[in-house]
Parts: sequence; C-alpha cells; structure tokens
Amino acid sequence: MNEFEVIKVSRRAFLGLMGAAGLVLAVGCARRPSAAAEPKYGADSMPHGWVDNPLAFVAIAPDGTVTIVCHRGEMGQGVRTSLPMVLADELEADWQRVRVRQAPGDEERYGNQDTDGSRSMRHFFAPMRRCGAAARGMLEQAAAASWGVPIGEVEAINHEVLHRPTRRRIGYGELAEAASHLPVPARDTLRLKVPAQFRYIGKGEVKLVDGPDIVSGRAQYGIDAHLDGMLYAVIARPPVYGGTVSAYDASAALKVPGVLRVLEIPGTPPPSEFQPLGGIAVIAQNTWAAIQGRQALKITWQDGPNRSYDSAAYKAALEQAARAPGEVVRDQGDVAAAMARAARRVEAEYYIPHMAQAPMEPLCATARIVDGRCEVWTATQAPQVTRERVAKRLGLPVGSVTVNVTLLGGGFGRRSKPDYVVEAALLSQAMKGAPVKVTWTRDDDVQHSYYHTVSVERLEAGLDAAGKPVAWLHRSAAPSIRSIFGADPGHEAPFERGMGLANVPFVIPNLRVENPEARAYTRIGWYRSVSNIPHAFAIQSFVAELAAAAGRDPKDYLLELIGPPRLIDPRTLADSWNYTESPIVYPFDTGRLRRVIETAAKEAAWGRKLPTGQGLGIAAHYSFVTYTAAVVQVSVSAKGEIAIPRIDIAVDCGPQVNPERVRSQIEGACVMGAGNALLSEISFKDGRVEQSNFHDYQVARMNVAPRDIRVHLVASDFDVPLGGVGEPGVPPIAPALCNAIFAATGKRIRRLPIRDQLAAEVSAAR
Amino acid sequence: MKLEVNGEVRSFDVQPDTPLLWVLRDVLHMTGTKFGCGMALCGACTVHVDGQPVRSCITQVSTVAGKKITTIEAAGSDEIGKRVQAAWLELGVPQCGYCQSGQIMSAVALLKQNPRPQDADIDQAMSGNICRCGTYPRIRAAIKRAAEGSR
Repeated sequence: MNEFEVIKVSRRAFLGLMGAAGLVLAVGCARRPSAAAEPKYGADSMPHGWVDNPLAFVAIAPDGTVTIVCHRGEMGQGVRTSLPMVLADELEADWQRVRVRQAPGDEERYGNQDTDGSRSMRHFFAPMRRCGAAARGMLEQAAAASWGVPIGEVEAINHEVLHRPTRRRIGYGELAEAASHLPVPARDTLRLKVPAQFRYIGKGEVKLVDGPDIVSGRAQYGIDAHLDGMLYAVIARPPVYGGTVSAYDASAALKVPGVLRVLEIPGTPPPSEFQPLGGIAVIAQNTWAAIQGRQALKITWQDGPNRSYDSAAYKAALEQAARAPGEVVRDQGDVAAAMARAARRVEAEYYIPHMAQAPMEPLCATARIVDGRCEVWTATQAPQVTRERVAKRLGLPVGSVTVNVTLLGGGFGRRSKPDYVVEAALLSQAMKGAPVKVTWTRDDDVQHSYYHTVSVERLEAGLDAAGKPVAWLHRSAAPSIRSIFGADPGHEAPFERGMGLANVPFVIPNLRVENPEARAYTRIGWYRSVSNIPHAFAIQSFVAELAAAAGRDPKDYLLELIGPPRLIDPRTLADSWNYTESPIVYPFDTGRLRRVIETAAKEAAWGRKLPTGQGLGIAAHYSFVTYTAAVVQVSVSAKGEIAIPRIDIAVDCGPQVNPERVRSQIEGACVMGAGNALLSEISFKDGRVEQSNFHDYQVARMNVAPRDIRVHLVASDFDVPLGGVGEPGVPPIAPALCNAIFAATGKRIRRLPIRDQLAAEVSAAR
Repeated sequence: MKLEVNGEVRSFDVQPDTPLLWVLRDVLHMTGTKFGCGMALCGACTVHVDGQPVRSCITQVSTVAGKKITTIEAAGSDEIGKRVQAAWLELGVPQCGYCQSGQIMSAVALLKQNPRPQDADIDQAMSGNICRCGTYPRIRAAIKRAAEGSR
C-alpha cells in the first residue's frame, strides 16, 4: 500500500468512517522479519497474528468522541471493557468520552480473533498499547504543527493536547482531521507510558461498558437479533454422532400453526470438524411454532458406527487401557527399577466424565444472503473461523461473508465451534436468502455439544522409607480433541499433554508419563481449562494421597515435591507447547508456584482447627502460563451433604490489567470448578446422551456454590509477561475440594462428579 | 389477544398455548427476557405477573391475560428495582450478563416480599436462577447492598 492510500484510509478513520463495509486495509501490520525456521510464539503463532494499527482500532469524531474497536468476543471476561481501556490509557483519552464498537470477523484487519485459550489480554495488551500511543503521537504532532511549535513542547493529557510553555490546549476532536493526514508513526518510534503514568491500567476502577445495558435488558446477544421478514428454525439432529436420517414424515409438523416448511440439512460424517450434524429443520413464523413443529416430526435415524457408545463400558475400557503401558510422553530415570526397590507403593485411579459447556445463552445464529453476500449475526468466540466455514459451505469468497459479533451469553469453549452458524447459513440459502434464525433449545445444547473429554488417570508411586516418592508413573487415557479434525489419532495432542500431564514440575528422580490409546465416539471439544481439569484433579489428589500415606501435611508435602524455586524450560518437561508461549519468556517458574501455595495457605490460615465434619484441602496448578493455588474449606453433614463455606485462591497471572475483572473471573472459575466436581456429568447410552436439560445435567446453583470466595492476587510489575486469567482458576478447585473432603471425613473421592457419593457412604454405614 | 406489559396494553395474534416468553421475544420484540431452558429450570426468563416472579417459558400466554406483566425492561421503574440495578453495577455483578435479567427479576421480587433477606432466604429465592459464569457471591452481596439501601 502506498503513502497516498495510507493517508486516505487514515483520514477516513479519524473522521469516524472506519469500518465501512468492504473497506480493507493491511497497513501497519507488517510483522517483524523472522527466519522461516524460527519458531513463532504467542500472538505471532496465531492465525493472522496481531495488528497494532491505530487506523483499524480507533476513530475520533469532531466532537471528540473516541470510538475504540474490540475485536475479541465478550463472554463475561470483560474484554470489551479491558482491551479498549488499554488503548484509551495510552491515548490519554477520557474514558467518559470513549465508545466501544465490536469488530466483525476480519482477521486481516484486526489480527487473531479466536477468543479462547485465556489469551486476549496476553496477546493484545502490547498491540493495544501501541495503537493508543501511535494515535496519541499523531494528535501531538497535529497540535504542534497547528501551533508551529516543536513537538517536544506539547503533551497529550486527558483528551486534549497541551502546549506546555504557553498552557494552550486543543481538544482531540478539533485535532482529529489534521491528525488523520499524518502518517502512522513507526513502531520503534512510539513513546509508551511508564506504568506510573497509567490512568486505567492496573487500577480496576473502570466500570463495565455493557453493565447498564445488561441490568436493563437492553444488551444484545446473538439470540436477540431481529431482521425484518425473519424466519425461525429449530433442527432435529441425529441423536448419535455420525448418524443420518433414513426417513422422515413431516405431515403432522406442517399442520402445526405457524410452521412454514420442513427440510433436511445434510450432515458431515465424522470427523465433522465444525460442520453441522445435519438433520431435519423446521422453519416457522416464531420459535415456539418451530419447536412444536419439531415435536410433531416422525424421523427414523440411521445411527451409524457410534451407536453403541456407552459411558459405563467406556469407563471400564479406559481403566483397562490405563492398566497397561501406553505411548511414552516423558521418561526420566528408571521407574520400573525404582518402583521395585520402593519401601511402599501407592496407586490410584481417577475418573472424570464428559461435561457440556452449557452457556446460559443457547446457541443461536441468524443469517441472510443478499446478492451473493451472506451476513450473519451471532455470538461466537471465533468470528473469522465462522466466516471461513460459512463461506466454504456456501461456495462464496470469504470476503462475501460478514460475521457480526454480538455479546456472547457465555462461551466456555462451545462457541469456538461454529456448527450452529453454518446451519443458519444453509437454511437461509435453502429459503432463497431470507433471514433465518436458528435457535438451539437447551436439550439440543446438552445433547449435541463438543464435550469435555472423559478420562481415566492412573497414578502409581513408589515411596522410600521416609515417605518420599522415588518413582512416579502417570497414565492418562482420554479421547483427544484432535479426533474432530481428522482421523482419530487415539492419543492426546501435544497441547493436551501440555495441560499439566507432561509438565509436572516435581523433583522425583524416576518419573514416567504415558498416554495409552483412547478413541473418541462423540465430538470432543474445549471446555474452560480443557485437559487441565482431569490432569490437575488426578495429580493434586494423588499428592494428597501420598502425603496421607507418608503421614505428612499435604501442603508441606506438595511444596517438597515441587522443590526449590527454579526456572524450568518446559521443553525439558516434555512440553513443547507451553500454551503457545516462548519457553524462554515463559519458563515454568516453581518459585511462583510455591508462592501461590504459600499465599493461599497463609490467607486460609492453613492448619486451623475446624469443627467435626469440616476440613481444608489444598491444590495448586500451572495453566495458561498462570499459577494458581486454592484452599477449599468443606463442611460435610451427618447425611453426607456437602457445603463449601469458603475458598481462598491465590493467583499469579503476572500484572493484572483490570484486577477487578481478574477477581470476577477467578470467582466464577471457583464456582464452575465446584459445579464440575460436585454435579456435572454427561453420559452416553446406545450412543445417545442420557441428559437433556438442567434437571439431569446439573450445574452449580447459588445454594451449592462456594459461599465466601477470597481471591488473592499476587502483585506483579508490568515488566513481567502477562498470564491467562479466564481458565486457570478452574483446575485446582476439584482436587482441593476432594482433598478437603478427605480431611473432613477420611473418604477419598476418585470419581467425579461427587454428587451423592458421601451420602451413599453414610447410608451404607447405617 | 391483549396483554398488559410494563403498563402498556399490547395486542397480537398467537396460539393461546404459546408461552409468554416467546410472545415477549418473538412477537413483541422485547428481548430482555431470556430463553435458557424452556422448562423452568434456569430462571433466565423470569418476569413478574401481578408482582409475583414467574417463569415465562412455561407460562401459557392465555393464563396471564388481564394481569399486569413486568419485564426487565421496566425493572428500573420502581425504587427497589432501581436499587437492585444500582447494586448490580456498583458490585460489578455481571460477567456475560445473559442470566442477569432473570436474576434481577428474582432479586427484586425477593426484596419486595422480604426487605431484609438472610442468606437462607436468598438461597431459597435465587437457587432457581442459574449463572454459568458463577456470579453467585456477587449476586448475594448485591442483594444485601440493595436491601441496605432501603434503610
């Protein structure tokens, strides 16, 4: 792109015309040159990387209103507040005069938009700072030019530029047009703030941009989209993954008042990636008529190869797999010999079932096709992926598809897979381009998720006479997410093994990690914190079991296993993934892991006396390049009912850009972690999901949620690289809870969910 | 059929067994009331019918004709509703926010009936409302904050 185009685009941007349909620019996003062989990390490693071009992200209107684009999806993490806040801070903008606009899917323009992996802030803190600093520099230059003074005499402060010697001021709105004629300053000339100059970053004082809309019902989610002439659809999908329609009778459905049409959507045989499952769609004048019409359908399904998937049998199969050697993930020393010499051996098997993300907003998408262009409105974690899948399925160029991103009523990984959006596009196509809204009922959501994996984790340890482990063997058997993308590899992927399986940081001389084969018979997908859930549950439970076997305090024992503070290159722990981050910039820091354990223990007054039936449990975990440790206080009644009066959770995620939202994310993770442990389970029988709604797929409610959650954030300077926030709170909760139950009752829980296992124990004892 | 919603009489033509939720959302385009489960299991669709909290997803519209319906869009039209909304914002309750319409309608109904709810009262009134983001501790604190505001 030549200079002239840069100016033209920049002028448009500063006049507030940014983002007009079809405006494509690729300015300012040239990457640092890197040799082809050099591995890429962080945002560089993501599709379309990062962009720090202010022309893509900020516009200033003549009245001084600053519009900042948020290109990541808002699903409760506060990103629509926090990312624009970073840009506004460097811009020296007055937050009261900032508006936030949601980007459509367009990674060429904005950089990677996959809102997952706890990396929005981690990957875009620096680019957003540079956007703000560059725009501030342009405003300062424009002011200096208008006054005819040296640039060194002017300074942007709170939405205006000040000429220091004369105390003259000009507002951003007045400067916007002149600034728009200036080139964007080069990246290496930017003058970033020092942390002491931050107005908003690190303070946690900025209120949620969407808060007022949320509490008054005005907030717009995907399901709230409305277009003139819109049709409403629900779909009967094959109850078994890979199943197909062999016959159907729509006559009764078509008699339901309001039903307009019934038609078949072709499915994609497994591995079906992000494509629809297929089935029979009912199109109606409103959602209720469509639901009623679907109930009246008579469909004969061909169930296909997954028809015998049965969770009870599969659990037994995983246990068998975990009792035999598997693919070696990591091997140090000689585990077999050390095990044979050990004074004592301890073994345990842990089971963690499938779970469904079940975000509160059921999946929904609206699509229309006009003049060869498809436009969709939806709540998605992956707008560009959605755009590409819709384009491919409709046979359109990617540029002919617009994905408008609404607020997300929760995501937790489910909304990273756009099968539901492709459905809407296909139905619009079938209806000659008319706008069609596809709504999933809760039953659809619970029965057709991309489920959290199911796993058996088997651990064996050999202890010396003092109770110290001399040998450690961990076998993890769990179907992989990779199975949705291609031929089922039958083994966990490097990114799944890197989630706490391979990279245990324990100082045990003989340590072996294996991954026996496990095949997938349903769609497996990301679920908040992913494989960290089973790995942390097993490892952190087992450490407490070893401590009990050794007659030691579990906190002290855990710290001893972690050993002294040191920086470990994750590659030496057989972790080549490290959450996509550089092993040099983000080594595994056992000092930080120790510190969160010590902090949580201190804040929880670890070791304090509790009444009978109560106990404290501790667990720690490293995930998403963040360190967490939780102390859970549990109370178990005589009837075996479980309550969680308090959780103390310490988090070291590096510097906290918006500490208030960090706290809320960690609180939520404690609740979800407790719900996972206590209640949530998806099971299969005859290939079908046995649960259908919140009566049988149970999640945490207020009466079972932890009552008092105390989040302890480890203070950190802004020169420390950022860690993830959305997910790392989840993994330590289940093991800390089960360790607390052991402390309270002596009963060891090895199978999740806990549900009534203690009550059953009590009644069996009577 | 006629319905009084937020003080305004609205006329429309639907099957009498249509749930109030879908009349509000698809016919009247009042989308603040949310669909979550369709079986009165999650509380996202909570509205007030003559001041009582009701799950609109299982309430046939014909059964509420002639009654006063209040939705989240009008929650701020009285003192208690205003206090609840303010407490929600002050304490930063919402995360994704999707369930919060229903949470607020349940909380307002609780405070109208019981201006000084204890923890057990809050559990009782609010456990029908699911929040997958896990905002329960802040919801509890915000209800207490809103209750204090009446002193």
